[in-house]
Amino acid sequence: MRCTVNGTSHRLDVEPRRLAVDVLRENLGLTGTHAGCEHGVCGACTILLDGEPVRSCLLFAPQLDGRDVRTVEGLAGPGDELHPLQQSFGAHHGLQCGFCTPGMLLTALDLLGHNPTPTRDEVREALSANLCRCTGYQQIVDAVMDSSRGGAFDCT
Amino acid sequence: MKPAPFHYERPTSLAEALDLLAADGVETKALAGGQSLVPLMNLRLARPDVLVDLDAVAELRGISRSGDQVRIGALTRHEQTATDALVRERLPLLAHAAVHIGHRAIRTRGTLGGSLAHADPAAELPVASLALGAEVDVASARGARTIPIAELFDGPLSTTVADDELIVAVRYPVDAGRRPFGFAELARRHGDFALTVAAVTLSVDGDGGCRAATVALGGIGGSPRLVGPAARALIGTRIDPAAVELAVASVDDAVRPVADLHGSVAYRRAMAALLTRQAIAMARGAR
Repeated sequence: MRCTVNGTSHRLDVEPRRLAVDVLRENLGLTGTHAGCEHGVCGACTILLDGEPVRSCLLFAPQLDGRDVRTVEGLAGPGDELHPLQQSFGAHHGLQCGFCTPGMLLTALDLLGHNPTPTRDEVREALSANLCRCTGYQQIVDAVMDSSRGGAFDCT
Repeated sequence: MKPAPFHYERPTSLAEALDLLAADGVETKALAGGQSLVPLMNLRLARPDVLVDLDAVAELRGISRSGDQVRIGALTRHEQTATDALVRERLPLLAHAAVHIGHRAIRTRGTLGGSLAHADPAAELPVASLALGAEVDVASARGARTIPIAELFDGPLSTTVADDELIVAVRYPVDAGRRPFGFAELARRHGDFALTVAAVTLSVDGDGGCRAATVALGGIGGSPRLVGPAARALIGTRIDPAAVELAVASVDDAVRPVADLHGSVAYRRAMAALLTRQAIAMARGAR
């Protein structure tokens, strides 16, 4: 199978039962995407598939064939400068252990791509797709709200 | 939490997919959006020998108006059902129900055909499809047939679709689609599976008389289903409080809730009644 991940083309030979999250982590070494519940509930493994958020634990490797994938590693700019959303998570202490953060970032990025100025309730509704067991939701919502107010960053 | 090995197929036509599903001696499962099947496979509650990925089968896609029906391809994702202009205009209940499914990362993958075939007792689209009087087109290598939605569900996670059959499309009458509707759902958190879900359509004449009605419920024990006596309690009335109480009482007669972690039998009965009342009120308000 072939796929593009964060702008880089890959050609892989993997067992069909291999989950997309494991392709990313184990075949491509992109360990930013985290495998949490592995049955679609926790959102830690959220990636963008052809620009849309999906659970990478509910996709098999062959379903990535011919597709474009974006992971948390694809957020930082050239020179490893953090994406403004990542900077906002840092500024607001929007993470404690960090396990849920990659999924939170991609879910928030998708939200802001569709709705650049969401209300706090809309942010909370979107982020309800992702579990944080450190219970740091307040700061995560603060970080996303601040990014949306800052506006004008590329959510594509 | 990793699936057992399976053989993967990606047919590019419906005929090819149906041939694969017709194979004898192996357990073959169709993979649509995978938002219910893949968790079951990861938990090894499902271990198909062959997985037939439907993603490349063009015949399963598309939303179109055809006479007095809207036809929705089985592979239509929930996100599309929720946002498509034709569905929103002609079948607002269905679009409204689709928004309640999971989260965006689930709706971008999950499909209409998959939801009906999986037949979760508390899923949104089966209940909305019952209220709208959908017809389900299925096909197999043996031929095609149509299953009225009221005959589709056959117990929890069970349908009358045979193992070698595939849901190809769902057809909805625009007549039912344009009626005022109500939809009410009880879930612990946004995006959770519903504990109980109710959908109502009403046809009301200029004098406020109810000419036609449907009342469908899910999460009430067994399959999602139409509650005929509740609809009949409303038809021919002005949907006055006494008629609504009669409809709610007939829902109470019809439900067979099972106690679980989320609620007792009494609680679930009370919620079925409450959601029916809310859905009727919403449909009346929308008229």
